[in-house]
Amino acid sequence: MTGDDIKAMLLAVADAMDAARDELCALDGEIGDADHGIAMSGGFGAVRTALSGMDGGTPTEVFNAAAKSFLNAVGASSGPLYATAFMRAGAAVKGSEVLSDADAPALVEAMAEGISHRGKAEPGDKTMLDAWAPAAEAARAAAGQPAAEVFAAAATAAEKGAEATSQMQAKLGRAARLGARSLGHRDPGAVSAAMMLRAMTAAL
Amino acid sequence: MQTKKIINNGDDAVDEMLDGILLAHGDTLRASEASGRAIIARHGPREGKVGLVIGGGSGHEPTFVGFVGQGLADAAAIGNVFASPPPDPALACVQEVSGGAGVLFMYGNYAGDVMNFDMAAEMAAMDDIEVRTVLTTDDVASAPRDQAEKRRGVAGNFFIFKAAGAAADEMMSLDDVERVARHANARTYTMGVALSPCSLPQTRRWNFDLPEGEMEIGMGIHGEPGIERGPIKPADEIVDEMMDRILDEMGAASGDRVAVLVNGLGATPLMELYIMNRRVQARLGEAGLETHATWVGNYCTSLEMAGASVTVMHLDDELQRLIDRPCHCAMFRVV
Repeated sequence: MTGDDIKAMLLAVADAMDAARDELCALDGEIGDADHGIAMSGGFGAVRTALSGMDGGTPTEVFNAAAKSFLNAVGASSGPLYATAFMRAGAAVKGSEVLSDADAPALVEAMAEGISHRGKAEPGDKTMLDAWAPAAEAARAAAGQPAAEVFAAAATAAEKGAEATSQMQAKLGRAARLGARSLGHRDPGAVSAAMMLRAMTAAL
Repeated sequence: MQTKKIINNGDDAVDEMLDGILLAHGDTLRASEASGRAIIARHGPREGKVGLVIGGGSGHEPTFVGFVGQGLADAAAIGNVFASPPPDPALACVQEVSGGAGVLFMYGNYAGDVMNFDMAAEMAAMDDIEVRTVLTTDDVASAPRDQAEKRRGVAGNFFIFKAAGAAADEMMSLDDVERVARHANARTYTMGVALSPCSLPQTRRWNFDLPEGEMEIGMGIHGEPGIERGPIKPADEIVDEMMDRILDEMGAASGDRVAVLVNGLGATPLMELYIMNRRVQARLGEAGLETHATWVGNYCTSLEMAGASVTVMHLDDELQRLIDRPCHCAMFRVV
């Protein structure tokens, strides 16, 4: 994977978030304030603009550009969470011009760690971490396989994790004020995380 | 079916609103050169004064930008609709208003705001500017009393920011401005009621479901669910439910003084707010409390949501002096 391959993955995520914008807003409307699709589509729109105007770049530089543009376009909760995720991913492969299959698990794990560090959520709190934590675990378990297999395993685990959030009671974020009323609804941040990993996989 | 709004492209709504605000209120406000989403008071920030930076998502106007001006906040960081601003505008605010005495961040207690403003505070620390934070948590319906630190900040921001802004304007130290801000927050109590949902400019769809004929007591200013949903009741009964809770939380003694804000959420007419105020004042009178000052109007809105909130600040001599201190903001003045 070169910097251009990372760009292609992030651009694929941007397209996926545009397509899912209304669906994510509707999901968020059930337990939050209905703007998650706007944040993700707007944030990755800014990533698309930043990366399209970027000539070359190492994987680390691409991740850092994505982090900065996403953060400043979005704010909200997802801004700092994904900005930290991308910065950690960039730091994890710092110094490499070309990434090998062996780097793939580290990327997913670094993103999950960034989200965990910034958001201070625990697994089971009904947040995007409930998709990212199982994704990191699956990526670690798939180490040694081609990068596309690693990301596919992570995406599948994230999808299962997102599905499982409907059985969780929210403990952080706006939905936490719902208490038991959050049961039966999937967490929109976990759903978009799974979509992101699936789009990254498809771009590989 | 899209909701009806007088906008152009929904994605441009916040920036176009800010353009209009600066054209209307250029005598009091300007945008930072570092960030168009950092709105700075032309008069107010000065050497030796603690800088007060407020902020949060758009859609609550006149909160936050309308409370920037001499004697109140020195700057506001402006986010997208109902979304926290990113760290950059908050950092730009800090750099613009820092007068060497430190800066205080004040904003409502929401997860996204905390993450972004904390990141900005970390960046400011690298510039050797001390930034402290006081979160507002006045919405008594948003968490039980034993978890008061988890409550949301809503319309009571008006009083809490006012007190802290006046304290900074009196040239109090950062320690004292922070103390006043915490004290003001601890003595400010808000309860809201929603009658209809609102819609974001980017989606133009109702962002939650609240059927005709129903109301929800305790609903948050982004449509966060409240504590009780049911058929709409007469104004006096709605106010009684709100005031029962507020008076219980406040635990004031007969003869104590209060300040009152009856706040519209966007689509509720002043007629209804004044009808509510009539009952609010009756309940305060029955409790033996003296109303020192009352504001009625749209001070913290939720786009076009119908509904209202009642905020009572339990005054003491210091808070009363700070609330009375003159201020000159784009959308709020005390003379």
